[in-house]
Amino acid sequence: MAQTSAAAPAQGKPKKQKQSPYSGMSKALIRRETISAYCFLIPSLIFFVTFVVVPMFICVFYSFTEYGLGGVKGFAGLENYVKLFQDPIFHKGFLNTVLIVVVAVPTVTAFSLWVSSAIYKMHAIPRSFFRCVFYLPVVTGSVAITVVWKWILDPYNGILNQVAGTSGFDWLGNQKTAIWFIILILFTTSIGQPIVLYVAALGNVDQSLIEAAQVDGATKLQVFWKIKWPQIMPTTLYVLVITTINSFQCFALIQLLTKGGPMNSTMTIMYQVYDTAYRLNDLGYANAIGVILAIIIAIFSAIQFKVVKTD
Amino acid sequence: MKAKTTDLSGSSTGYKVFAAVILILLALFFLFPLYWIVTGSFKDVIEINAKYPVWFPMSPTVDNYARLFENPAFKWLFNIVFISAMAMILTCLTAALAGYALAKKRFIGRAVLFTIIICAMALPKQVIVIPLLQEMTFLHINNTLWAVILPTVGWPFGVFLMKQFAETIPNEILEAARVDGAGELKTFFSVVFPMIKPGIGALAIFTFVNTWNDYFLQLVMLTSDDNWTLPLAIANLQGEMSSDFGLIMAGAALAAIPIVAVFIAFQKYFTQGIAMGAVKG
Repeated sequence: MAQTSAAAPAQGKPKKQKQSPYSGMSKALIRRETISAYCFLIPSLIFFVTFVVVPMFICVFYSFTEYGLGGVKGFAGLENYVKLFQDPIFHKGFLNTVLIVVVAVPTVTAFSLWVSSAIYKMHAIPRSFFRCVFYLPVVTGSVAITVVWKWILDPYNGILNQVAGTSGFDWLGNQKTAIWFIILILFTTSIGQPIVLYVAALGNVDQSLIEAAQVDGATKLQVFWKIKWPQIMPTTLYVLVITTINSFQCFALIQLLTKGGPMNSTMTIMYQVYDTAYRLNDLGYANAIGVILAIIIAIFSAIQFKVVKTD
Repeated sequence: MKAKTTDLSGSSTGYKVFAAVILILLALFFLFPLYWIVTGSFKDVIEINAKYPVWFPMSPTVDNYARLFENPAFKWLFNIVFISAMAMILTCLTAALAGYALAKKRFIGRAVLFTIIICAMALPKQVIVIPLLQEMTFLHINNTLWAVILPTVGWPFGVFLMKQFAETIPNEILEAARVDGAGELKTFFSVVFPMIKPGIGALAIFTFVNTWNDYFLQLVMLTSDDNWTLPLAIANLQGEMSSDFGLIMAGAALAAIPIVAVFIAFQKYFTQGIAMGAVKG
């Protein structure tokens, strides 16, 4: 991920960048540029280093300690990590997290692409309307959306059971259905951003290529796969990565609807970090789970880059 | 179905009708939660607890809001506005400066710094929250609104977005300013700033909305009820009185309506900004 992105600005001026970013600059000029650049960067770096980088290192450090309510009790070595691999709750959380990601990410991506294809050629007003509507659950906020779904799914007072005639059925209290409702709600709060991105990307596809293909008798599907798809690939990649990260981080839904239950059937790695830290007060272990979560996200992102790039 | 009448855009009429119907049904589905929050907040106890569907409040009441304001709801609303606004201002200020430097300065450590920023963006915020909380205690700002504001400003997405915008500034203009003898700060404020203004607008809305909705950070950082934010308060109220849906919907409406209004008013900048951030993501 980092490599691709760092390489991106180079595309703008390939001649200069191929030799060295500093070509044609004297040492004095480089020094002057460096000093002035860091003056501009300092305010931002203070926040970034203090509240992101330093906590990141502390987090890794704590993951190797035994750390409970009274503070750090001692060095634990790899104990927290070993415990993790034997912890049935972590296993369940891992499987659920993978399930959420594997179901939500392709669905969100395919669905948002379809909606965007359907609306991007519309007149500006209906296009803005639809884009706005699909973004609404994101803006409304995870808490407001979650509490209203809790009411919708309520066994007796919920509109779902009243309409479906299944009065008394507890969708969120059922081990089989709970996770699917979590995924459904996550889906409704996830497609807004991809649609905005795809509408912009499809609007930028080179129109002359499409027209040329149509003149040559290409079908709609051919135009899509041969012309549009390759051109919106960078957007697809970005959508995959942000949706993956979002799905991994889905928290409010689980904390407010099921707390990981029933019987850990909606437990996720993310929720286990919180639960272990704030209910069980096992901070060393919580940090270890956090580190593993970060590594899993990195691996997922890397796989997506590989798969999409080689396509 | 009719034989395919393909127009220049390549879609048959049948498909267009099908797509329109599906889109409208989906739009209704996506609008429903917000509709249900707003109408629910005006329903009385009988309608809230009805065993049959009540699609619209037949005897609308503000009783739910009255009960909501028996709590310090204005304080909660103020807290979330304050947090979002401060995070927005600080993020825009620091990110504009840093984004410009990353885009336009050839300095030592640039590639490394940019790589670190990209990697940090993929990191789940929640992972670092335990050390973050301790830092806040160390800085004596734990359980204050600043404990939510400062980590939000540290998040590197803003820098990334502003870099994307600053890259569109032509180098010649910066050269010209330098030749004219403008200092670094003067160049930034009189040349760079006006050119990245749309980007700053996008970042402002984006930060405001995201901070407003960053439930996790608020949950962990704000522990006493006079520091609660409105979303956090609703979540906590729901935990305490889970069946009083009228009260909870009133809270949800109060938390959602301002932010939805902000979003609709500035929709143009917002969508532009999100799209811009992805161009080279």
